Amino acid sequence: MADHLLEVRGLSVRFHTAQGVVNAVNDVSWHLDRGETLAILGESGSGKSVSSSAIMNLIDCPPGEIASGEILFEGKDLLRMSPEERRRLNGKRIAMIFQDPLSHLNPVYTVGWQIAETLTAHGRPGDEAFARARDLVSRVGIPNPDAAMKKFPHQFSGGQRQRLMIAMALGLKPDILIADEPTTALDVTVQAEILTLLEELQAETGMGLVLITHDLGVVAEAADRAVVMEGGRIVESGTPHDLYHNARHPYTRKLIAAAPGRGDMRRPEEGAEPILSCRGLTKAYGAFTALDAISFDLMRGETLAVVGESGSGKSTAAKLILRLEEATAGEALWHGEDLLSMTPKEMAKARRQIQMVFQDPTQSLNPRMSVFQIVSEPWVIHPGVVEKRRWRERVAELLEQVGLKAEHAQRYPHQFSGGQRQRIAIARALALEPELIICDEAVSALDVSIQAQVIALLGKLRDELGIAFMFIAHDLPVVRDFADRVLVMKGGQIVEQGPVRRIFEDPREGYTQRLLAAGLDPDPEVQRQRREARLKLSA
Amino acid sequence: MGSAQALPVNVEGAETPVMHKAVGKRAISSLLSLFGLVILVFFLSRLTGDPAALFLPVDASEAMRQNFRELHGLNDPVHIQFVHYLGDLVRGDFGDSLRKARPALDVVLEAFVWTLQLAVITMTLVTVAAIVVGSITAFRVGSAFDRFASMLSLVGASAPDFWIAIVAIVLFSVNLGWVPTSGTGTVWHWVLPISVLFIRPFGLILQVVRGSMLSALGSAYVKTARAKGVKNRPIIFVHTLRNAMLPVITVIGDQAAALLNGAVVVETIFGFPGVGKLMIDSILQRDFNVILAAIMVTALAIFLMNLLIDLAYALLDPRIRT
Repeated sequence: MADHLLEVRGLSVRFHTAQGVVNAVNDVSWHLDRGETLAILGESGSGKSVSSSAIMNLIDCPPGEIASGEILFEGKDLLRMSPEERRRLNGKRIAMIFQDPLSHLNPVYTVGWQIAETLTAHGRPGDEAFARARDLVSRVGIPNPDAAMKKFPHQFSGGQRQRLMIAMALGLKPDILIADEPTTALDVTVQAEILTLLEELQAETGMGLVLITHDLGVVAEAADRAVVMEGGRIVESGTPHDLYHNARHPYTRKLIAAAPGRGDMRRPEEGAEPILSCRGLTKAYGAFTALDAISFDLMRGETLAVVGESGSGKSTAAKLILRLEEATAGEALWHGEDLLSMTPKEMAKARRQIQMVFQDPTQSLNPRMSVFQIVSEPWVIHPGVVEKRRWRERVAELLEQVGLKAEHAQRYPHQFSGGQRQRIAIARALALEPELIICDEAVSALDVSIQAQVIALLGKLRDELGIAFMFIAHDLPVVRDFADRVLVMKGGQIVEQGPVRRIFEDPREGYTQRLLAAGLDPDPEVQRQRREARLKLSA
Repeated sequence: MGSAQALPVNVEGAETPVMHKAVGKRAISSLLSLFGLVILVFFLSRLTGDPAALFLPVDASEAMRQNFRELHGLNDPVHIQFVHYLGDLVRGDFGDSLRKARPALDVVLEAFVWTLQLAVITMTLVTVAAIVVGSITAFRVGSAFDRFASMLSLVGASAPDFWIAIVAIVLFSVNLGWVPTSGTGTVWHWVLPISVLFIRPFGLILQVVRGSMLSALGSAYVKTARAKGVKNRPIIFVHTLRNAMLPVITVIGDQAAALLNGAVVVETIFGFPGVGKLMIDSILQRDFNVILAAIMVTALAIFLMNLLIDLAYALLDPRIRT
């Protein structure tokens, strides 16, 4: 058998925690050849990052323990090498980039210094290292590289930071690059650019690329082969095409089925009356205009999706409507009355009818309150909605309505998973029987299969209770499945708005077209066409 | 090979217009609070009673007392006295010390030099020791050294200094006769006051260094450095320490401020002629001008020190500069 560039054989890693021993990965085997891209696909907790951490010697032992297995790099077992031998390989032969480049770059040193450090750590002289660092900064597409070298991580955008991380990893032309969720927190157009950059660099250097991801779209776009992980085990492997069309394992099938963006698109009802009408809504911070005179209507019982990339002003619009921030100009008519000029008393009444669900339920739920306290708190603030003696009964009803159980009321947020926590947040929003729920990226942080469940729940509430949604999102496939109408935003302005079918099938504005082309589809064939469209648009 | 450690670290741009503006703002607000303090102390100290009762013999006649008050301007209504005081202050005149019949400012500055020396020496020792020991405990977390140092620092941070001071005098001066009990004059006179003052800030700062280093060592950028193949020593002393210093500097500032105020208890016990002892003596004897001058001098010193702390912050963390 010919040696692979990198081969993981029968690797098992466990962690000793206060709750007992956790088997993070169990008997995992995979390999990587030169010039090849292997995707490791899995949801949170699947152990998809653990084998790469073992490769990079990043697992702290204790509490970690490599129970069995070997990791062969060019035929030699990394696990039998001394720490110093492994340090010499790290960064030089095997490099790694991470999700969230802001926290993975040292905030107090210039990026030029940090990129050069990859070279100096392996004995290259300082001036050579800086010269190479400058070339790399230029190569990864950072404008004005000389000035950029002297800047600090916080002075770059998220996409630029990931480019800088890539430059840092490639300083010594490693044979292997491990990319752990490299595009997860990035905007779709930026994600496409980063994946293209990785692909170009791979073609230049012939390195092997390990791409750890939760996103079937990333697999379809970039991988030659993929392994699917669940609960610390590899359940299936193959080419993206095989996995997508001939998945054998039920988990792979479930993942593919959960991928959003392929259901029927909805048709907005004709002649519905608007419940919320925004006119010339504007927010300026000093000289910077975050929201520039936007106008739109939201009809009774409809779902209006507001899509756009970071900085487009989509969350600002929600904050202004709820008066979490004061608008600079414009009006927001709620049943004909302007929310923005209401007295605090009138506003309190209106807030009862407009509720909000935030992105991160870990942060939006008070960790010291029980689920009962969280869900019933709105009734303390708005007395008279539900009689106090009926609170327990009503909380139980609401929990069952969002797919939880009545006995969950006595538990605390940390005892729930991310998806369950978001259900609690939805139950809290429902407590006041609102007419409109504003969801600010409410499903963005959830795993794909959980995301599908939460979206199904929101759809059920819409159909059964006639609640309208303002659905703020950057994820287009989810919007495609869930929205009646779509509003595309960029730089504080509305680029385009219309029924969901019109926006997705016949986008008129160049920006909307680029946004749609940048989104990744889980079907490798669809994704190939989309990629061609994307390259044509950017040419 | 040594080139990794020798890489120059960028600290330029520490003095930006943003910084100048921040310093200006800080100066104005400090001046306002100092003015408020002067008002408060001026009137409160006069509520403690009449200096004439303390400075003149018990059998002094009423005429002599009247004369004393007239001489020192204590006969005017209090608000008039205050206006006069402010008028003198603007001209740089802090008035005379009743006790020493010399300009109050001279008396205070003499004492302040002693306190400043004590504070600078103590804080330098504390800072170096706490950072070195704290870094080692964080890197060897859970080791015998870590547990021993952590316990010791907890004891140090909670021990009352007046008790330690008295026990130290009994043990090292009276029983063993190694060092003098009090006063100044030789190097040996400094040993006990510095040692006693060292204990509490050392314990506190060590705890902060340990916690801060621990969280920095667990941070994502340390993981990146490991993945780059950076050696342990630069990971600790280049990547981690500079980030971990930010909260530490705040505590160092607080502790240094307490020492600059004059370590009242320790200075009194050791008969050390610093500003803390001077203040206590002046309050007991109603030497109003000295109290006020001492407060203004220490306030200015603390203001300057806070400025240094801010500057150190900006030097260490580029995010504050922009």
